[in-house]
Amino acid sequence: MVELVAKSAGDGLLPVTIGKLSLTEEVPTALTSLMPFKGGAAALEAALGAGLPGPGESGAAAGGRVLWFGQNQYMLVGGAAEGLGDAAAVTDQSDAWVVVRLEGEGCEDVLARLVPLDLRPQVFAEGRTARTELMHMMSSVTRVGPQAFMIMVFRSMAATLVHDLKTAMQGVTARR
Amino acid sequence: MRITCPICGERDRREFYYKSAAVALERPDPEAGDGVWNDYLHLRENPAGVTRELWYHETGCSAWLVVTRNTVSHEILDAVLASEARA
Repeated sequence: MVELVAKSAGDGLLPVTIGKLSLTEEVPTALTSLMPFKGGAAALEAALGAGLPGPGESGAAAGGRVLWFGQNQYMLVGGAAEGLGDAAAVTDQSDAWVVVRLEGEGCEDVLARLVPLDLRPQVFAEGRTARTELMHMMSSVTRVGPQAFMIMVFRSMAATLVHDLKTAMQGVTARR
Repeated sequence: MRITCPICGERDRREFYYKSAAVALERPDPEAGDGVWNDYLHLRENPAGVTRELWYHETGCSAWLVVTRNTVSHEILDAVLASEARA
C-alpha cells in the first residue's frame, strides 16, 4: 500500500517573519461553505444557533467563525457543520483553500499594496470581512485582531499568495 | 473608476468583469422570428453617452450588475442587481 502523507496548503512555504511582520499558516479543523436554500435562511440560522452575518461581516457560530462569503454564501471556518443539510447546500472545502494569518505593525500597509480596499481599522474593524482581489486572485480578507488579518485564496495559489505577501512585507519593512 | 456594488459598496473597477450591453436581460421569445433574433444576437448600439451594461462582481460577491455608464466621461451613474433590474 502507498502511504500518503497529508500536507497542508502552505507546507514548505510558511512561516515567514520579516521585521515586525509575521505570516503564518492557519489550518482550520474544517472549512464548510453554506448556501441557504431559497427561503432557508431562517432555518439555517436556527440550525447554526446564530444569526447569519450581513455583507462584509463575520460572527461566531457552531463552534467556529462564520464569514459572509458572497451573494447568498457563507463560509464556516472551523466548527461543526453537522445537521445543517436540511436548510442549506453544505460543501466541505477544507482542502480547497489556503488560510494564512498576517500579523504585526503595518499589516494594513502590506495589504494596501495588494488589495484595492481601505483596510484601516477605523474603516475595517475587527470582525469585518471582504471578498476582494489580491494581486488578481479571488480572495477573502478578514480582520481577526487589532493588527492581524486572516487571508484566504484557492489552495493552488498558495505559493503565489506567499510570494506576493512576502514581497510586500519586505517593501514595507525596508521603508521603515 | 469605481463602481458601487449594491451588496459590497464602492469598489475598484479591477474587481469587476465587463460583459457588454445589457440586452441579454431582454431575451426574445424563441418563436419571435429571425429578424428579432438577428437583432438580439448581432446588433448593438454604440452610443457616445449613457449606456446600460452588464458587469460581474467577479472577485467580490459574484453578483451580476446592470451598470449605467457614460461612455464619454466614464462616469458611473447607477448600479443595480441584474436579478432585480429584470423583474
